[in-house]
Amino acid sequence: MKRALIAAVFFIAIGLLWQAAVSAGLWSAVLLPAPADVWDYLVSAWDDGSLVQATGVTLRRLLIGYGIGLVLGIPLGFLSSSLEIVEDSLGTLALGLQTLPSVCWIPLALLWFGQTEGAMLFVVVMGTMWSVMIATATGVRTIPPVYARAARTMGSRGLHKWTRVILPASLPYLLSGMKQGWAFAWRSLMAAEIYVTILTGFGLGHLLHYGRELNAMDQVIAIMLVIIAIGLIADKLMFEPWEQAMHRRWGTGLRGSR
Amino acid sequence: MPYDGTVRTGVSAGVRPAKLLVENVSKTFHTRRSSVQALDNVSLRVGEGEFVCLVGPSGCGKSTLLDILAGLTLPDSGKVSADGEPITGPGRHRLVMFQESALFPWLNAVDNVMFGLKMVPGLNKAQRREIAEAHLKLVGLEKFSRANIHELSGGMKQRVAFARSLAPDPQVLLMDEPLSALDAMTREQLYADIQRIQQQRKKTIVFVTHNVREAVCLGDRVVLLSPHPGRIREDFPIPLPRPRDINSVELAAYATRITAALKGYVKPEVAE
Repeated sequence: MKRALIAAVFFIAIGLLWQAAVSAGLWSAVLLPAPADVWDYLVSAWDDGSLVQATGVTLRRLLIGYGIGLVLGIPLGFLSSSLEIVEDSLGTLALGLQTLPSVCWIPLALLWFGQTEGAMLFVVVMGTMWSVMIATATGVRTIPPVYARAARTMGSRGLHKWTRVILPASLPYLLSGMKQGWAFAWRSLMAAEIYVTILTGFGLGHLLHYGRELNAMDQVIAIMLVIIAIGLIADKLMFEPWEQAMHRRWGTGLRGSR
Repeated sequence: MPYDGTVRTGVSAGVRPAKLLVENVSKTFHTRRSSVQALDNVSLRVGEGEFVCLVGPSGCGKSTLLDILAGLTLPDSGKVSADGEPITGPGRHRLVMFQESALFPWLNAVDNVMFGLKMVPGLNKAQRREIAEAHLKLVGLEKFSRANIHELSGGMKQRVAFARSLAPDPQVLLMDEPLSALDAMTREQLYADIQRIQQQRKKTIVFVTHNVREAVCLGDRVVLLSPHPGRIREDFPIPLPRPRDINSVELAAYATRITAALKGYVKPEVAE
């Protein structure tokens, strides 16, 4: 409760500072609209349904793309960590592609898939799977060898060893890899939505893009805030329960105060 | 008396069939820069139900020998067998207890003990749980079956590890310096526990340690190895009655003799 209070005070303070800066006339309202204007936009966009619809479209793309990225990236990471031939080939490719901003895929994606959901998903998957693969492979390689040795002597091998030993042992890395993948998926999707108009649905990126076209910075800032809020909520809902359960089990990440 | 690889059993033990047999085993490890001969023509026979301690300074290959018995490492030459069957890989009847507890931090104590039981055919989940709880009781940790591993002390962790390797009822227990990271008080308690459980369960145990007193306290035999390259030098039967007290005078006398022999094989000028 105390921590929620600290967070609340912090964000209210930022809002007040922002309002104060605008009231003092430090910048033109065109450059930095007041928090109240941003709020007005949010309310009107909520009322006319455009915000809800765009959020739905974006989240759907994000979850599907991220899901495909995980389904491909995690097994590839396991393969790369256990087979040298995969590590030297696909692993090296992944390392290269991970550094490539996924915006770079957009021209090809448009050519291959046209202005479709497929192009969007492709960009998101490309932005997600390589970093997930690398994080998974790194995680597996960091497992203390004594776990694998103990498992082997107890007769665990094959699928049992992978699902009951390697997977849980690499969980801390897997989780941070999944978090990183989630962040990458967001970045990729927003880039794609800002650059490409897709006829199958307007996402948050499009709203932000039109805000820019119309010079409506209240809209731009409002959409940025929505993206940040979704990111925070997703982290709290998707990753934090896992992380806390893991920390309790493993005895890691304890702050000592409790 | 130099060790020539012939069969010797403890005086009190009588003649027992060979449970583990190591014949003329050599093993060399190659690193990028050099190679180290860990074992040079080593032969060892361990009888059924016998408690054999391998003692020697670091680099004498005692842990390598244990790994070979476990099937985790294969020898370059020579033969190893258990019950007359060649050892080609790890087997459920030869379980290893490691120096670090090697318990899985993602499982609680009882689930750790149950892990090895999953590989035992013909046990359902209720039976596995029952066996696991019984073994935690055997090592005095029945109250901690739901505890997370990080909540246990070092000694408790090794007790759980001991329960984990005993639960699947292996015929052979291979213990790689399992007590070396513990404080003296905890160790002394565990000496008593290990002896008691060994008496009850009649396991064949090979126990690696660099602590001579510990070896004399636990072993029916103490096998002395020397380093660079690893060779078996002497084989001391320890005919003391059990349970043994690590602080007893008779035990100290044996330890003094073995320590003196050990010093003869470690040249002081040998440095890394």
